[in-house]
Amino acid sequence: MKEVSQETTPGAQTQHLSAPSNLPKREWKNRVFKTIFATAVGFSLLMLLILIIRIITQGIGSLDWQLFTNFASRHPEQAGLKAPLIGTIWMMALTAPISFVLGVGTAIYLEEYAKPNRFTALIQTNISNLAGVPSVVFGLLGLTLFVRELALGRSLIAGALTMSLLILPIIVVSTQEALRAVPSELKQASYAMGATTWQTIFKVVLPASVPGILTGTILALSRAIGETAPLIMIGALTYIAFLPESIMSQFTVMPIQIFNWTNRPQEEFHMVAAAGIIILLVMLLLMNSIAVWIRNKFQRRF
Amino acid sequence: MLASQDKNTEYEENTTTETKKTGDSVYKVDQLNLWYGEDQALKNIELDIPEREVTAIIGPSGCGKSTFIKTLNRLTEMIPSVKTSGGIYYRSQDIFDKKYKVEQLRTKVGMVFQNPNPFPKSIYENIVYGPKIHGIKDKKVLDEIVESSLKGAALWEEVKDDLKRNAFGLSGGQQQRLCIARCLAIEPDVLLMDEPTSALDPISTLKIEELVQELKKNYSIIIVTHNMQQAGRISDNTAFFLNGEVVEYDRTDKIFSSPDDKRTEDYISGRFG
Repeated sequence: MKEVSQETTPGAQTQHLSAPSNLPKREWKNRVFKTIFATAVGFSLLMLLILIIRIITQGIGSLDWQLFTNFASRHPEQAGLKAPLIGTIWMMALTAPISFVLGVGTAIYLEEYAKPNRFTALIQTNISNLAGVPSVVFGLLGLTLFVRELALGRSLIAGALTMSLLILPIIVVSTQEALRAVPSELKQASYAMGATTWQTIFKVVLPASVPGILTGTILALSRAIGETAPLIMIGALTYIAFLPESIMSQFTVMPIQIFNWTNRPQEEFHMVAAAGIIILLVMLLLMNSIAVWIRNKFQRRF
Repeated sequence: MLASQDKNTEYEENTTTETKKTGDSVYKVDQLNLWYGEDQALKNIELDIPEREVTAIIGPSGCGKSTFIKTLNRLTEMIPSVKTSGGIYYRSQDIFDKKYKVEQLRTKVGMVFQNPNPFPKSIYENIVYGPKIHGIKDKKVLDEIVESSLKGAALWEEVKDDLKRNAFGLSGGQQQRLCIARCLAIEPDVLLMDEPTSALDPISTLKIEELVQELKKNYSIIIVTHNMQQAGRISDNTAFFLNGEVVEYDRTDKIFSSPDDKRTEDYISGRFG
């Protein structure tokens, strides 16, 4: 590249590009597209704003400490979120490690170990397709496999396993992207010194891709936190007045309880539901903030 | 130009034997063919690479010289579509032998890449990466390796005060010398250099060239270069690659003064490439 003869002398640029006649037209097109894109952004922002205002105005009145300490009740003024809140936390605590280990493991195998052939291409396509499968279908799978075949019953662990399957494709795909973003020069440097694949993964690839992997995982988990359908499928209860004691306990989660309240005819329950939504949104926001924080903290430049 | 002085004295010692196969050879390449899918990138390569000398591989872009040097430590295997036939023998050991571990080969054969590629770690951590993966844990031993490797790569004086500094803070030339030091830390036998100066400025290039002259006392060096003048300055042997074939392989002074092949002469004199 270096010794490509420098024949292009500075004076060689003799084309005249002064005052092209189509400039006004090009500028006009530019403005039109800018307006279209700005409108798209504005629309989304407006909808989000309406949602937040509506939820807050409706729910802020019911948002009190009682909501965290009481179980669900027939009386709206006494109804609380204790069981579903704890249920959701249990759910996340179980789903996170299961889906992380399975998802990151799969991604590492596919990216770093597997030889690209038809079989791995098939797996790859299927993983991408699974990410688009409706969550109800995963619920059915969970019901047949975990609740009935493995006889786990309508337990937390059955729910967590179902949830893990649901978000697995998202974690696999985002982890693969994070792994692919590691410059291949760094991997080559490691291999060229006689490192094994695992040493290269552990010492070079993972440290460089951890921010991406964790961000993807947390975003996948925050999708799981709001999922209702698969858990209804496997038979999570809508009304319970006890806390889960082990992974075999029956349970409910926040979105199910919220859905249940909004289905009631009494206006007061809708208010409690709105308060529940506020809490759910705050939890989501917290998880996403953690994701952003992790990304910034571990960000490395190459 | 500094290097040419060295080169001349070197030649005086070697002119007694006219053949290029002086001493033992580190690599014997026998009928090597390599394909990327359907495209053949290397055709019937036959080379004997002598030890403790600098062997330069020159040729125009796309002639297979980088592919060839990456075959010597089997790094081409990272590309899935690559197929090879023929043999490469490193110190009489068939490197494609199923029983021969590629990690073992790469411990003996270090590599420096086109663009400096230090790890995003401190200078110290970069050097001890190799020794650590091979199981050295003793802090004292590691400290010694760091010092001797950095001295070997002529970088010690510039960085000794702050070894904990991130390697990305170094200049391009310093980073490349750090990469050389990183190779030296695993005490290799051969150093493969794939256009090590093509991303560097002239002063850094000169430093690397001087370093190569120093290193050949202890290591066998194979260097791919796009730059013919560089090959002329620093190498003892030169192989001219064209379209995946070795057109000519001989002592460097022979190649540059009276090449046997017309194509070599055309390339050397700058008529193409």
